[in-house]
Amino acid sequence: MSVEHASGRTVDAYARGDEDIAADELWALEAHLETCRVCRDRLAAAVAEQAPAVMALVDTVRSGLEAELSAAPAVPHGRRRRAAGRTARLARRLSRSLTPTAAPWLAMIAAVTVLALVLDLAGPGVATAAGEVSLVLLLAPVLPVLGVAASWSRGLDPAYELTASAPRAGLPLVLRRTTAVLAVLLPVLLVAGWATGVMIAVWLLPCLAFTSATLALGGAVGVTRAAVALVAVWAAVIVAPALAAGRAPFALQSAALPAWALALALGTAVVIARRGAYCALGAHR
Amino acid sequence: MTHRKDHHPMRAVNSADLAPTAYAWEVQARGLTVAAGRNRTAVDGLDLSLGTGVHGLLGPNGAGKTTLIRALATVLRPTAGTLELLGESVGGPGGHRALRRRIGYLPQEFGYYKRFTVREFVEYMAWLKEVPEADIPDAVQRAVERVGLADRADHRMKTLSGGMVRRVGIAQAIVNDPALLLLDEPTVGLDPAQRLRLRQLLQELGMDACVVVSTHLVEDVAAACTDVVLFAEGRLVFQGTPDRLAAAGGPEHVGDSPLERGYSALLLDPRQQRGTW
Repeated sequence: MSVEHASGRTVDAYARGDEDIAADELWALEAHLETCRVCRDRLAAAVAEQAPAVMALVDTVRSGLEAELSAAPAVPHGRRRRAAGRTARLARRLSRSLTPTAAPWLAMIAAVTVLALVLDLAGPGVATAAGEVSLVLLLAPVLPVLGVAASWSRGLDPAYELTASAPRAGLPLVLRRTTAVLAVLLPVLLVAGWATGVMIAVWLLPCLAFTSATLALGGAVGVTRAAVALVAVWAAVIVAPALAAGRAPFALQSAALPAWALALALGTAVVIARRGAYCALGAHR
Repeated sequence: MTHRKDHHPMRAVNSADLAPTAYAWEVQARGLTVAAGRNRTAVDGLDLSLGTGVHGLLGPNGAGKTTLIRALATVLRPTAGTLELLGESVGGPGGHRALRRRIGYLPQEFGYYKRFTVREFVEYMAWLKEVPEADIPDAVQRAVERVGLADRADHRMKTLSGGMVRRVGIAQAIVNDPALLLLDEPTVGLDPAQRLRLRQLLQELGMDACVVVSTHLVEDVAAACTDVVLFAEGRLVFQGTPDRLAAAGGPEHVGDSPLERGYSALLLDPRQQRGTW
């Protein structure tokens, strides 16, 4: 954008405090000076040249205040704070993607994954009467759901009402927080899956399907309730029979993948269709 | 030649500030009905028009004040009737992004992040309200100064007293220079001196914005509001200046001040009294 600057004549007249500057010109000049450093510098030079009396007054005031000024704590200035460091900026960016209170939950979920991995590696899988099944495989699909719930729960996010009332609330914020949760947890799960030799797609697709289903259901009954319900269903229908039977259930074999893909597509479609729900208070239950 | 905008604590007047408004009232409700919870109607067929100024929303506990303010903040959807805010009709499924950028809201239960400093929290809220990134530091500084917390700006929220936390809540509400400011019980937890200061701030803000303050304290209204909206059981009982509210009461009514007598004259009308408190 090209900027039109004040003329030298106007700046000089302003520095002298001339009475004959028209009111509209004066207003335009002051509005311009507020936003233009170049013209402020020119004004400073003009004051020194055109109005020595003003300059002398300013110097007297400054020398009178010098002692107090140097003793006063520095006011943090926008630019200085921006340069404060990369870590601060990273922390700020993270806090904008996740709820500031979600971090401990993510750490807990990651810890659960590591624990499952350790158990898997120590004795290969859970030894049951009939055989073995990988704990990582059984837990991986539902763990991120807890993270998503943690970033949307009324109990865990004290500022939930403020968040829901903000312009940024809604689908973009939902996706941002969900992506952040997945970005933190998926690498952990990937490493765990790789270490136990489980095929990635077998748990990744159910994991994404569960996450989208939580958000879709959450739009209607609240994300936390949706997460609790889905985890309960998962435990009852998949985990318990698998532990009893001692082998990977059908739902976690490659033959079931198309069904999970369909569930993922459905969940995503519902989330997009009902995106207005995330700007109201209901989704935070 | 391009220039980076310099940061300056004063805000320059821009064309958006000078543009004429295209609506008669900041808030206009017609037959507005809002449900609180599953089947309790908290606001029941309300007709209300609010313009620029400070409006005190007064009423007994459970009158539906919070539900009304939530509907005005667009976090609760009306179940019937029409609601127009700043000329935009509310009620559709949309998120009202552009409208919400011009609303400031302090909820009754003001939740915050204990580990954040005052400045970080207000910055975070400014980001949620889509204040342009380059304007955030100055907007935050202005808001924090207006509520008198400049010296505490870099203290963590958990070290603040209740009154200070409330003031942070007001700072986050005004950080986007809202045209419609909704404050739900802002005076709770403030000591008398802070209450006086808040009333002064409300009067300043009410010069060019529509400020809606819910309260159950009659004296707050007397001091700061240009307009009183008396509200009971989801219905409008009275709207007018504080003087007219005072005029409604006579010596036979309960209360220690003319306003309180007016309040009880209008609310404790035998037809509305329900026998309890």
